[in-house]
Amino acid sequence: METVKINDLACNDLPWKVIYDTKRCTLCGSCVSACSFGAIKPKVERRRKSFSDTETPEPKISFSATPVITQVNILKHFCRGCGVCERVCPNSAIRSERNPDSRFNVVYQATTASGPKRGGRNNLEVQARTLDTLRVGRISQMTDPSLDAERHTFDCLAPLGRVLPAQNLPFTLGPDGKLTKTGQTPPLNWIYPIIIGDMSIGALSWRMWEAVSMAVAYLNEECGLPVRQCSGEGGMPVRLLKSKYLKYVILQIASGHFGWNRIIKAMPHMVEDPAGVLIKIGQGAKPGDGGLLMAAKVASHIQSIRGVPKSDLLSPPNHQGLYSIEESVQKMFLSFNAAFKFRVPVAIKVAASATSVSVFNNLVRDPYNIVGGFFLDGIDGGTGAAHDISLDHTGHPVVSKLRDCYQAACAQGRQGQIPLWAAGGLGKTGNLAADAFKMFCLGANGVFTGKLMLQLAGCLGNEHSRCNACNTGLCPAGITTQEPLLVKRLNPDKVAENIVNYFLGVDKELRKLMAPIGNSSLPVGRSDCLISTDKAVADRLQVQYVC
Amino acid sequence: MCRIGAIKSLNYVHPSTALHLMNSQQKGHDNSGFAMVMQDLGGIFADYKDKPTLSLACTDEGLQITEEILGVLGFRQVFQWAPETNWKPGMDIKKMPNYVFRTFDYPDYCRDMSQRDKEELLTNTRLRIRAALEKDETGFVYSFWPDVITLKEIGDPRDIGTFFGLWEPDESFTARTITAQCRQNTNYAIVRYAAHPFFLQGYVTLTNGENTFYQKNKEFQSTLHPGYLGFESDSQCFLYTMHYMHRRLGWPLQYYKHIITPLPFEEVVKREDKEELLAIRQSLAHLEINGPNTIIGTLPDFTMWVVCDAKKLRPIVVGRTEDTVVFSSEVCGINEILPGRDWESDIYPNEREIVVVDNNLEVQRWKQ
Ligand code: SF4
Ligand code: SF4
Repeated sequence: METVKINDLACNDLPWKVIYDTKRCTLCGSCVSACSFGAIKPKVERRRKSFSDTETPEPKISFSATPVITQVNILKHFCRGCGVCERVCPNSAIRSERNPDSRFNVVYQATTASGPKRGGRNNLEVQARTLDTLRVGRISQMTDPSLDAERHTFDCLAPLGRVLPAQNLPFTLGPDGKLTKTGQTPPLNWIYPIIIGDMSIGALSWRMWEAVSMAVAYLNEECGLPVRQCSGEGGMPVRLLKSKYLKYVILQIASGHFGWNRIIKAMPHMVEDPAGVLIKIGQGAKPGDGGLLMAAKVASHIQSIRGVPKSDLLSPPNHQGLYSIEESVQKMFLSFNAAFKFRVPVAIKVAASATSVSVFNNLVRDPYNIVGGFFLDGIDGGTGAAHDISLDHTGHPVVSKLRDCYQAACAQGRQGQIPLWAAGGLGKTGNLAADAFKMFCLGANGVFTGKLMLQLAGCLGNEHSRCNACNTGLCPAGITTQEPLLVKRLNPDKVAENIVNYFLGVDKELRKLMAPIGNSSLPVGRSDCLISTDKAVADRLQVQYVC
Repeated sequence: MCRIGAIKSLNYVHPSTALHLMNSQQKGHDNSGFAMVMQDLGGIFADYKDKPTLSLACTDEGLQITEEILGVLGFRQVFQWAPETNWKPGMDIKKMPNYVFRTFDYPDYCRDMSQRDKEELLTNTRLRIRAALEKDETGFVYSFWPDVITLKEIGDPRDIGTFFGLWEPDESFTARTITAQCRQNTNYAIVRYAAHPFFLQGYVTLTNGENTFYQKNKEFQSTLHPGYLGFESDSQCFLYTMHYMHRRLGWPLQYYKHIITPLPFEEVVKREDKEELLAIRQSLAHLEINGPNTIIGTLPDFTMWVVCDAKKLRPIVVGRTEDTVVFSSEVCGINEILPGRDWESDIYPNEREIVVVDNNLEVQRWKQ
């Protein structure tokens, strides 16, 4: 029996609808060639026109073949709403519009037998952010004067590395009344309190990665800001490993150990130590999941850096062979500390979780003093690729968890011994300095940020589900793709300049916040200078409630 | 704002000198109290230098509680002095029923104890008394230590001086080291414990200023030592940091500045001792201070010192004669009690030094 084909995919099932105006379109083809997702195509429509060419009406019908642009109703090519078509159209003839009646989640799974995946960001539902209910509310006045952000000197550095309690410092008091360090202390670097978070060279296009590295080198060498970047899982170009710029990079190892073959082979040729080693146990955006690099993004240079064929690269959810915190401490930390002859701090990154404090406690009490940093990644963090189900339904916000860890350290008198670094949606509203500052006050030594760098590079995605196609390898901005044509859309010099400028701005703004509370060094743990307009937040974080 | 002062002399000095030192600066403080610590005692206490003296202000009930605790622990009283008080109507003073200054002999079981253990016993005893008196606010115990007397009272310092008969100099109640301050804690609740100078195991500090890293300091210090408590004033943190560094860690005085106001990183990396300085900064990041302040202090051996915050946001002057050195927030205080001195040799300490005076009155300026 013939039926209406109700189960066929229609454009109004998709999350975005393409709105097209034939009258304005000159058929230049720009939009079609610019849409990296193949979500629009030209086609010819049969048009019926009735007209009359006599004085009295004698309607005639004519049919014509009219070329138009139309949305593709193929699941693989659904429109992401990235808006590139609109950007390139000289006549404002095309744009995309969010489809409130989308049936996408249902039809996708019904068709593919697997859930949708996306990349970019977790937090598609934007709720009021905890950090936005906080203000710096203790302002120095009168007897305790504010400082001058322009004129006074400020010490804006944070430790990365294990800090010994003062009574364990290997000091000898000489006859001249001077203390001399006569033993070994764990390696520690003072760095800028904002690290550019771990985005791997596979997740990012080579131009984007290059842009970040250029920005970091410039910030260090020209601007005097010791900003560090974390490699992400997947190694680094060997040339960079052997260069002096390695000192600005924190090397990451995750459960897939991707890229470490090359790193180990490059070790004898390294002229500088890396800034640190970060062992990634978990990631805030998709806790419990390992890394995921879709085959589409495994270009030849990625294959060679990682030593893998072109296929989906999945890191296991945990490090094989690590069954307890003690083991992770003993095995991984010792081997990495030893690998760099105890000159490089080794830190750990975990996803914020209801159990973070126990993990932290175990590490802070370890008698070997080798864990050099606790990186806590919250739910709002970005990701290159993940299943929607993990993004939407797992995770833990970072703010209260960071506070819990700091307070756990305080309760044991061990604050500062393992520096706390926090991330997860910081800078989401564009002001990283404010978010970072509030996190310092709550106990973070520093913060790390990733997604914001993509924004600075011109990422078209947003928190309202726009684009978020970083997993597809078809990034329309050339940021998270290995497709040469798309990569060429990105101007690495411009991106590097944006990042540098942004950091210079952040640095000024940090001073602008330190000055009014009268502090010339980072106010780590100074929750007394925060207030909250939300009673529940105030109680939870133990800051003053105000109204 | 606070005004603080300190006198260190080769001769025994009567507290009236301290009152004069502070009274001349009265426009700068709010006359809300008077507190002083006398160390290296002369007069009637001169014969008891090695025996602990209790300084206590309390009710009758508080006195009973204290006597009981000391009795049970086996302390035997060997000397006592009660100031003759002269109360007149209209005086601005919140007096306590009893002011107790009593000197004790150590209990018998202390005979074979090390000096350090005896000192711990004294501190633990004071903390026990403090806790017992706190319950119904029956008293305040300020110090229990050899060769130290502490007096704190709320009210107008001039009336407090008259009340205790401190304006008339005499030979019987004197010390070679006196630190004094004329303001109750006006930032927070008025509590006797909140008045500087603060005392712990021979260490004294008093401060003109504020500590905006109070919360960090406090959270860190409160787990370090049972004597680091109270925190009624943000300035107590300065004392605890000194005590922790000097007594617990055994580091010399010169490292105090490196802990509380570390050098900027750009300067540290140029120094020969950068490894040590960075290690100190890392390990004691939570003892760093911020905010405007001048801190005067003494060590258990009566060495007197003064430091300022890293931006020198509070004043301090050091003036001296052959036999006396005076620290004062304002120079008018020194003019008052050392009128004949050579004022050209006055020292205005800068933000990166510690000025130290030893028992021979040798004045040294140590650059951080
Ligand atoms: S909005 Fe983006 S994905 Fe959608 S049609 Fe336009 S270019 Fe293609
Ligand atoms: S523009 Fe590129 S980086 Fe931004 S969300 Fe889209 S795919 Fe991801």
